[in-house]
Amino acid sequence: MADQKRVIVVGGGLAGLAASIRVAEAGMAVDLFSMVPVKRSHSVCAQGGINACNDVARQQGYSEYQHFDETLIGGDFLNDQHPVLEMTNWAPKIIDLLDRMGVPFNRSSEGFRDLRLFGGSLFKRTHFAGATTGQQLLYALDEQTRRFASEGKINMKEFWEFLWPIIEGEGEDARCVGIVAQDMRTMQIQSFRADAVIMATGGCGLVFGKSTNSVICTGGAASRCYQAGAWYGNAEMIQVHPTAIPGADKCRLMSESARGEGGRVWVPAKKGDTRKPADIPDTERYYILEERYPKYGNLVPRDIATREIFDVCVNEGMGINGTNQVYLDLTHMDPEYLTEKLGGILDIYEKFVGEDPRFNPMRIFPAVHYSMGGLWTTYTAGDYQPDAPISGFKPGDSIPVGSEPGQGMKVGAHNNAMTNITGLYAFGEVNFAYHGATRLGANALLSCIFDGLCNGVSVVNYVREGGHTPAAEIDQSVFDAAVKQEQDKHDNLLKSTSNGTGDRKFNPYQIAFELGEEMNSASTVVKTGPGLEKCLGKLEELKDRYSKVELGDGAMWTNQSLSFTRSVGDMIIIGEAIAKAGLLREESRGSHYRTDFPERDDDKFWKASVAKFNASSGKSDVEFVEVKAGLVKLRPRDYGKTESNAGAKKEPVGAS
Amino acid sequence: MSEAEAYSYDADMRKANRKQAVEGRSVIFKIKRCDGPGKPTRWESFKVPIETGANVISSLNWIAANPVTVEGTKTTPVVWDSSCLEEVCGACTMLINGRVRQSCSCLIDEYAPKEGDTISLEPMGKFPVIRDLWVDRQRLFSNLTRVKAWVPIDGTYNMGAGPKESHEQQQMRYALSECMSCGCCLEACPQFTKEEDESKWDSSFVGAHAISQARYFNEHETGKQLKGERMDALSGAGGINDCGNAQNCVKVCPKGIPLTESIGSIGRSATMHAIKQFFQGKK
Repeated sequence: MADQKRVIVVGGGLAGLAASIRVAEAGMAVDLFSMVPVKRSHSVCAQGGINACNDVARQQGYSEYQHFDETLIGGDFLNDQHPVLEMTNWAPKIIDLLDRMGVPFNRSSEGFRDLRLFGGSLFKRTHFAGATTGQQLLYALDEQTRRFASEGKINMKEFWEFLWPIIEGEGEDARCVGIVAQDMRTMQIQSFRADAVIMATGGCGLVFGKSTNSVICTGGAASRCYQAGAWYGNAEMIQVHPTAIPGADKCRLMSESARGEGGRVWVPAKKGDTRKPADIPDTERYYILEERYPKYGNLVPRDIATREIFDVCVNEGMGINGTNQVYLDLTHMDPEYLTEKLGGILDIYEKFVGEDPRFNPMRIFPAVHYSMGGLWTTYTAGDYQPDAPISGFKPGDSIPVGSEPGQGMKVGAHNNAMTNITGLYAFGEVNFAYHGATRLGANALLSCIFDGLCNGVSVVNYVREGGHTPAAEIDQSVFDAAVKQEQDKHDNLLKSTSNGTGDRKFNPYQIAFELGEEMNSASTVVKTGPGLEKCLGKLEELKDRYSKVELGDGAMWTNQSLSFTRSVGDMIIIGEAIAKAGLLREESRGSHYRTDFPERDDDKFWKASVAKFNASSGKSDVEFVEVKAGLVKLRPRDYGKTESNAGAKKEPVGAS
Repeated sequence: MSEAEAYSYDADMRKANRKQAVEGRSVIFKIKRCDGPGKPTRWESFKVPIETGANVISSLNWIAANPVTVEGTKTTPVVWDSSCLEEVCGACTMLINGRVRQSCSCLIDEYAPKEGDTISLEPMGKFPVIRDLWVDRQRLFSNLTRVKAWVPIDGTYNMGAGPKESHEQQQMRYALSECMSCGCCLEACPQFTKEEDESKWDSSFVGAHAISQARYFNEHETGKQLKGERMDALSGAGGINDCGNAQNCVKVCPKGIPLTESIGSIGRSATMHAIKQFFQGKK
């Protein structure tokens, strides 16, 4: 008998596509919602690669377990440990699957998959396809999805925007039974029933204005789930990439190999010096990293480079022409050598900036890149339950646990990657569990696909065995009420076009701009108590202005401004959770750096922050809960200091 | 100027423009607008102050926040499609000064270096307009289904690695794999014409992108299992024989994909396919 039950997947990046394929393969109907044709999702931007243990590294002493250990230390022990172990154990099998799907992984001369070195490991464990690994992986899953869609197993809803999760019941009994979504062309708002809903909606870079994220990464969908009662974990953990190219529209990555090959970071020594860089003599330049860190100079680790560049611009106002930019200068080097070593990345700079970096210093600035935080999720731990956590594992030690499925998490357990709302799941970047306080380069693609493949099975089991009333039999009034709520919001926004004060402070683009400026300066690279307090005050002001926002387009057809304006309200709410969790976390850990609390404080804060939306105050209540550990013992994250020089030199490719 | 020349990128001219770009200037954006399917089109012009590094996207962002025409008339923000802004997703493709390209990598310094210079923006002409610069490219994706552009794996369970592949073969496939479904090759193709009737898509010209993707999968050890079906699709109406060899596609491809090589390769495969079918008594 045909299975009448359905699963909704929201988001068509790597996590959403992997989930759709897995669920459809199990014979369950999938409705896949995406704001863009899924082939244009943000996963396409990942350049570097995907990590997994492999045969060569294994014979050199590497293991899935060590990949697990590296991910925890990378994340400064804020990761949930069991899901990470399961993920790294699956990693080699995931690469095999992608290989079978036809991903053009780079090849060795013998025809095996080639590997590259990446941050956070001394072993070659990163698989890659040219400089567009994310694009190639996304396409492979897109192709399989198209195949399932052509067989009627996946129902594509592209150009549909997720508006709200439909939740039936209260408290412990609350269960997600569908979504409200809007057709971005006709503007029709509709409810869709589902026996489970998977959120795979990525990060929230746009909360910070210009980031390396795609324009669709507003965090709006996650924020709507949050406002509907889903908890949000480790919101304050936002990864900033040290060398991005600030553009008029977005920030684009500049690989760190530019520093590795001899790039020098500087600003004019005299504040407000408007001369062209070539006209400023060497003696009138301030080589920031070389002067502040004589020993390592431009090769200091990423987080230090990021902080110092930020400090010089934001705190001292010494950026180029008063902007938040510094020079990354290669012009002292032989242009031919540069072309040979760095050709590809220099071409990207020239394409988007219009200057040849062989003859003009590049202008760069750190940019928000990835959100480790996201919707809080739970899981059922697997078979590996050591009596005591393992302390200080080293390559060559006997590996404490096998790599077969089910050691980290119980595969197929109903609650794996489920939020606090029954039947509502979070996969990929929007899931907070894997990356702790900082993500290792080339682990993002892995966590997305792992969530889809492994936890897709959990969703199927939950739907088949959960014993809940089928969504198809739930009273229509539940769905009508949710549609009405969203229709009212929508209609109110449309009506605001006629408010017509024309005051710029109610312009949604202006509000979004100020949100980005504030979040970027107060809640990214360097945070302080007073700075975050001020940020929260600013967010209150923006929230108030947003309540009187004036839409610039009253059209009932393909109203992009309306969609954007709606997400601005949601971005302010997520921004508040990020800033508040950052304020309460009075320590420094991973990407979260507080000048007033510069040390890691394990006694107080080896805990995940969990933000809960308080519907009556419209604000976030943040509490700290134990990190789910027990497998690996806490230890200092110190590799940065002693090995930074070697690490920076060896690393051919930056995190991406 | 021949059609092919009209579509080729004049890199030298753009570089020269860049060098003489005037700081602090304003540029006129002349934008072809349409409120929806079946609605009349109109041109609106906007005067946009150009900041350092401005591109078409940042200019459209500025217009969205300041939707007032040069005549001082308040209008609605312009609607357009975009996502990654790094020229890897293909979304923001449009006609800029009459030539198709991505708008995210289109620098204003290269197109309008002087005060008052004009840049025109139009939606792609080979696809139905949804609103303003946003077009519906569903047919482009549908044509990927038509040529079964996928590897027919057995399933997602663990069954070991995929086929080994030589470095040369990988390099060849990688060049084809970068196709981002932007549709530039279709816009420039004289044989690919606008078709709003979905029922006719499967018999209308399939386009260079789909032909190249068919080759991409035919070249994969497992993907070639479906070669016969792909060649069936490409041998019929709207298939490889409809290509008029204008070679515009390869000139406008922003990723430098060897589309004409793919067309040649699929053409040879089609011949072999026909002979095979003849001897099998199928045709």
